[in-house]
Amino acid sequence: MPLILDHVNYIYGGDTELAVHALNDINLVIPDNQFIGLIGHTGSGKSTLVQHLNGLLKPTSGAIYFNGEDIHDSDFDKKKLRSKVGLVFQYPEHQLFEIDVFSDVCFGPKNLGLSKKETELRAYEALKQVGLEDEFFYQSPFDLSGGQKRRVAIAGVLAMKPDILVLDEPTAGLDPKGRDEILDQIAKLHNEMGITVILVSHSMEDVAKYVERIIVMNKGSVLYDNAPKEVFKHYKELEAVGLAAPQVTYIMQALKERGLPVNTEVTTILEARDEILRVKGVK
Amino acid sequence: MLRDITLGQYYQADSVIHKLDPRAKLVATIAFIISLFIVNNALGYCVAAIFLAVVIKLSKVPFRFIVKGMKTIVFLLLITVVFNLFLTPGEALVSVWKITITKEGLRTAVLMAVRLIFLIIGSSVMTLTTTPNNLTDGMERLMRPLKIFKIPVHEVAMMMSIALRFIPVLLEETDKIMKAQIARGADFESGNLIKKAKSLVPLLVPLFISAFRRANDLAMAMEARCYRGGEHRTKMKPLKYKRCDGIAYLVLGCYLALCIGIRVVT
Repeated sequence: MPLILDHVNYIYGGDTELAVHALNDINLVIPDNQFIGLIGHTGSGKSTLVQHLNGLLKPTSGAIYFNGEDIHDSDFDKKKLRSKVGLVFQYPEHQLFEIDVFSDVCFGPKNLGLSKKETELRAYEALKQVGLEDEFFYQSPFDLSGGQKRRVAIAGVLAMKPDILVLDEPTAGLDPKGRDEILDQIAKLHNEMGITVILVSHSMEDVAKYVERIIVMNKGSVLYDNAPKEVFKHYKELEAVGLAAPQVTYIMQALKERGLPVNTEVTTILEARDEILRVKGVK
Repeated sequence: MLRDITLGQYYQADSVIHKLDPRAKLVATIAFIISLFIVNNALGYCVAAIFLAVVIKLSKVPFRFIVKGMKTIVFLLLITVVFNLFLTPGEALVSVWKITITKEGLRTAVLMAVRLIFLIIGSSVMTLTTTPNNLTDGMERLMRPLKIFKIPVHEVAMMMSIALRFIPVLLEETDKIMKAQIARGADFESGNLIKKAKSLVPLLVPLFISAFRRANDLAMAMEARCYRGGEHRTKMKPLKYKRCDGIAYLVLGCYLALCIGIRVVT
């Protein structure tokens, strides 16, 4: 079910002198089954934007349509929207509260008013999807490691079976291994279950490998909205707004400048290797 | 919704009041509160109102901002007024069924309301124009004589500044956790009292855990910097009285004298 943002504006601090125009005329279409990267420097408005997607914040002007219905209509069921658009906040492990992992994951589906059986089934499935072993299910969530806690928190949202999963910096504060594991797991979810995933990040490197579309935010506006290779062509403009293209882009650009006729549109290290080998005629 | 709490907040501005020594402001606030209890007639309150208005004008804090903080005490104000209005015995003014409003009741109700409003405005002017750090510095300095009675003044001041420092942090944290749980379908608004209280568990547990985590981190960071209490501790910016503080004390003295004068004469 597609999500459409139509001329969305959001201003913090109302009519005081400290008012901040956090979102400036945002127009986006989030279709089914897409893997999207939402990139922006700190304070670019990306966290504010994602809070609009499930109705936590109400736009100052403009409208948001889910499956054709205005989500701020008085007769619109917000609770249902929140189960369909799952939002995982930054450091989601800070929201854990139950006595054991399993009951915490049950919190979401229970709030949807599902039967006990259905709730537990969903919780079990969700925990399996994030790759948590059975042995942790009845431990206190506070005894787990950082990476495990984060998986539990993501499972807590997954158990509501969202059509769109939004993750705000899911890798913040994790070591490289934990980061890759979480991102691989999310990519797997997207591929196997066909849900739309919006990955919020400030690192191109993280998202380049996975996403099929990149939305670049700057100062509350959408700067670019395109396929990664198209966005990375603007690597110089990206630098100007405090972002960077993946290192591979820089290497390929440098190679081309030195006279090697490589295709600079590759985005991952593996593609870059194949491209260099192709040009060199090794393969 | 949580951001509406202005009581005890600091308002950044460049004004004479902002620059005053926190000790002077503390003493002035206490003196102002005492003056409110000294005066007991309309003239006295007019003088207090003028004094307060001038201070607010000098402080460059928008009046609207101060009034916003008053919202929190509306309920308290209402109870005070209602009780004084209906329960003071005396000469009847209006009488409907069993309820009587007396002349004395009306008088006390109005006086009490004015007193309370001035009291709150007066103390919020102080907190709006003084950073929490400055405020506790001033308090520590003013209470230093209490050390003779073995009162750990520095430690108390430190605890206060930490508590004040963490109010906005915890408010923000509450907001964040609330949103996270709403995103998981939690409902903090509907249902009866028991259901509402129960729905707070997913908010309070993470909040307490985060508060403890922060406290732990802070204690560790203080230990790492060899903090060991107030003994032999010096300040980077020691408090020093300037000329404007002297003038402030002088003005304050005149004001107090005027209040006492009004009380004695009338």
